[in-house]
Amino acid sequence: METTDIAAAPQPRVKHDNGALAITDTRTKFTSRVEVRRQKEAQRAYGRGRQIDVKGVKDKKLRRNLTNLEDKYKIATLKAKEAEILLENSSGFLEPETELERTYKVRQDEIQQDVSIDVAQKGFELKLENLGPYVCEYSRTGRDLLLAGRKGHVATMDWRDGKLGCELQLGETIRDARWLHNNQYFAVAQKKYVYIYDANGVELHCLRKHVEVTHMEFLPYHFLLATLGIGGQLKYQDTSTGQLVAELPTKLGTPVSLAQNHFNGVLHVGHQNGTVTLWSPNSGDPLVKLLAHRGPVRDLAVDREGRYMVTAGQDNKMAVWDIRMFKEVNSYFTRSPASSVAISDTGLTAVGWGTRTTVWKGLFSKERPVQEKVQSPYMTWGGEGKAIERVRWCPFEDVLGLGHTEGFSSIIIPGAGEANFDALEVNPLENKKQRQEGEVKALLNKLKPEMIALDPNFIGKLDLRSDEQKRAERDLDAPAAGIAEEIRNRARGKNGVLKKYLRKQQKKNIIDEKRLKVEEMYKHQQEKKGEKLKDKVAELGPALARFAKKD
Amino acid sequence: MKIKALSRSISAQQAPGSDVQRAPRNLAPEIHPFERAREYQRALNAVKLERMFAKPFLTQLGTGHVQGVYSMCKNRSSLSTVASGSGDGIIKVWDLTSREESWRTSAHQNIVKGLAFSNDNKLLSCGTDGIKLWDPYNSPKDSTPLATWQEGGPYTSLSFHRTGNSFAASSGAGCISVWDLEHSTAPQRIQWPNFTDTITDVCFNQVETSVIGAVAADRSIMLFDLRTNTPVIRTLLKFASNRIVFNPMEAMNMAAASEDHNIYMFDARNFDKAQNIHKGHVAAVMDVEYSPTGEELVSGSYDRTIRIWRRDQGQSRDIYHTKRMQRVFRTCWTMDSKYLLSGSDDGNIRLWRANASERSGVKSARQRQALEYNQALTERFAHLPEIKRIRRHRHVPKVVKKAGEIKREELGAIKRRDENERKHTTKQFDKRRSEREKAILAKEQ
Repeated sequence: METTDIAAAPQPRVKHDNGALAITDTRTKFTSRVEVRRQKEAQRAYGRGRQIDVKGVKDKKLRRNLTNLEDKYKIATLKAKEAEILLENSSGFLEPETELERTYKVRQDEIQQDVSIDVAQKGFELKLENLGPYVCEYSRTGRDLLLAGRKGHVATMDWRDGKLGCELQLGETIRDARWLHNNQYFAVAQKKYVYIYDANGVELHCLRKHVEVTHMEFLPYHFLLATLGIGGQLKYQDTSTGQLVAELPTKLGTPVSLAQNHFNGVLHVGHQNGTVTLWSPNSGDPLVKLLAHRGPVRDLAVDREGRYMVTAGQDNKMAVWDIRMFKEVNSYFTRSPASSVAISDTGLTAVGWGTRTTVWKGLFSKERPVQEKVQSPYMTWGGEGKAIERVRWCPFEDVLGLGHTEGFSSIIIPGAGEANFDALEVNPLENKKQRQEGEVKALLNKLKPEMIALDPNFIGKLDLRSDEQKRAERDLDAPAAGIAEEIRNRARGKNGVLKKYLRKQQKKNIIDEKRLKVEEMYKHQQEKKGEKLKDKVAELGPALARFAKKD
Repeated sequence: MKIKALSRSISAQQAPGSDVQRAPRNLAPEIHPFERAREYQRALNAVKLERMFAKPFLTQLGTGHVQGVYSMCKNRSSLSTVASGSGDGIIKVWDLTSREESWRTSAHQNIVKGLAFSNDNKLLSCGTDGIKLWDPYNSPKDSTPLATWQEGGPYTSLSFHRTGNSFAASSGAGCISVWDLEHSTAPQRIQWPNFTDTITDVCFNQVETSVIGAVAADRSIMLFDLRTNTPVIRTLLKFASNRIVFNPMEAMNMAAASEDHNIYMFDARNFDKAQNIHKGHVAAVMDVEYSPTGEELVSGSYDRTIRIWRRDQGQSRDIYHTKRMQRVFRTCWTMDSKYLLSGSDDGNIRLWRANASERSGVKSARQRQALEYNQALTERFAHLPEIKRIRRHRHVPKVVKKAGEIKREELGAIKRRDENERKHTTKQFDKRRSEREKAILAKEQ
């Protein structure tokens, strides 16, 4: 494939013998099909939204600026595409060589024999029999593991080196545990309150505002610890300033599950009645409410690009949702209700149900226009009497961590991890200095809780409301919209709706301006109706008048 | 079964014996969540940092003058020399690197009206008692002038030719005299026919070096051509101007500091309207000067502030003031466009940074990179309200703020009155004139 450097500086014009200048930058440039395809691919992979239609802009200066900007974006996408050859690793895989082989029949010991020693060491088992079941969490770099047993046992470890970080016996129920922004701090939801410990296991804070917490999530870019209690209160605490940012009652009973959308920071809460609600700290009502299952939503997970959500319910169903349209894509059957779901960087979905774990591949793909139903799982594990409590993928590794009643198991799932990390984003091989610097940088760039919304790119967009409109919204002294208009807006549509609304309003016991207006309108309506009836009666004549219909 | 699982080694990340880690990048958007929001946050930090580092005032030169500084000029061939003349007739030459006075003399009995360095490092000064030529580099302090011109009567300002050895002086009698020092004969006199008002300021064009601009007390701006010894154009404004300067890079553009608080930019090819109006001062603008690149302007005003303007923007980029600085009569750029000088009524000459948050001194590559990145970020998000607000906000003295408010109200009242008049008279059939057109009252050619 030929490559041309688009960003190159304009070359000096070639002069022909007769003095004519050769035109180098023509207005209509021929671009080969290969070139066009390459541009399209680059735009799809690295583009940031649709191009601006420059031709429609009348202002010359603005048009010039926008054209330059668009050119820059185009060059940037092409350069990013070209930089792909610098990526060092390719992701792992597990492929059948003959038609008779099935990937889900491959057992862990077979994999361990086939891979190199250092990879094989990543599959291990921790037997912690008396204090389970265990929940497990990996830190953002995937280097550290946090284990918390239901009966009060907490341990952190650098799992690749097998080094124990700290170990605590808390002596009370632990419902959830979570790393904060790096491996130096973790939060544990204990019997009554949430506690924050440092890497040495020293208790730093007791968050007394967070009572009887069952689920926790941490938003790393906003430094928000979100907790969900038995009472259904969703609370956001800023871990850098210690302020409680928001307290939101979910109002649907004790919640069952909680997951974070890493793309936009929205929290997904699964409820007893089968609904999933989406929350941001900025609104007291859920952003979205959708009915996912018939029965409690046992667990849910969102893929890292924020396009798909997988929910598992008590109704033995696992459903894949497109959360841009909030439509169910496909649903699958689990033999017993799933206890935990997790989606890996590459989109592998692990489902823990009963004593087994199933890993699915290709439940959703951003490349395919229509998602097809997958017939068989990618890999399976378990069936040895260990009830799965939690499944979690290790970031940047082909490793799945399983917390269960008898401890913790780490298994190798080829093709699960992101092969190429960005050292300036999250670096799995970072050293102490880098971690410290990264922490400072992250704090400087801390996002405000107000920036959480379904579309995270709303920031930097222009406010397109007219000046008049904006001023009207700012003006607190402005008279409220006319009551009559308001009522009419409420009861837009058929006449019957208005009637019903007016009747309902009349039942209310408060007499105010609105109520008076309502009565007036109702009376007016009644009068009109009476007149209509009279007309009808007159039309039908005395004999047929009794058939005149009131409506 | 074909199996491959990821394995990374630390040794591949960091070469043995080295303490520098490689930093592999992956530009895929999915592993950079919230990129827009984070970028915005960085831009916000950058613009706040810029305001935090904004410390425009550097120092004052020496002990200043005893009386107010009413004239000032820089040596175009030197970065560090500037001369100033005060109300008591004393001229001082300053060395900017040491910030001390390097030469002084008692030049005139009265106020020093104009100063100009010649191209061979001599200094010209003028006052009511004539024009004098000095040699500050080679003569001792308080020496006598090299030459004196007294005929032609009270001189108000001076301007030296960009390349040649001639200078122009404007007089109170309404004419401009141009001396050619090489021939040292009688001056060439040019005058608008039957014009007798005081010419307050005169200025050589920097590119078309034989064109002279002048402003007079009768509110007019005049252009003369020395080659044909003829007046070219005379324009009448609503208010008198205090100063006229030509853009050093563009021959046709000039700026006039007006008594009506504005700076008007004109294009000599089209005097039907102003090219731009810089509004912001709340008192008469006493002095204006183009930066050596012609991109920016600095102006000093009777409201005790200095403002910096971009050539193509109507509002000022920055405003400088101190508690002790009085009415500013002279401002100028240094030849590297990095510093500003201001001479004010309190007799001090102050040195300012042209870019308030910039720091001189050697920067490391990383520092420079960070600054450039921050600048790009603020530019990128400049249109967003929060960033725009922080970027534009300046603390101004209470008096200036109040005066600005009153002025805005008064101007609003005038406008409202005009509109009302328009509504109810035949004026409603006239075409509305833009502010830039309104600036010019009449034109004579």
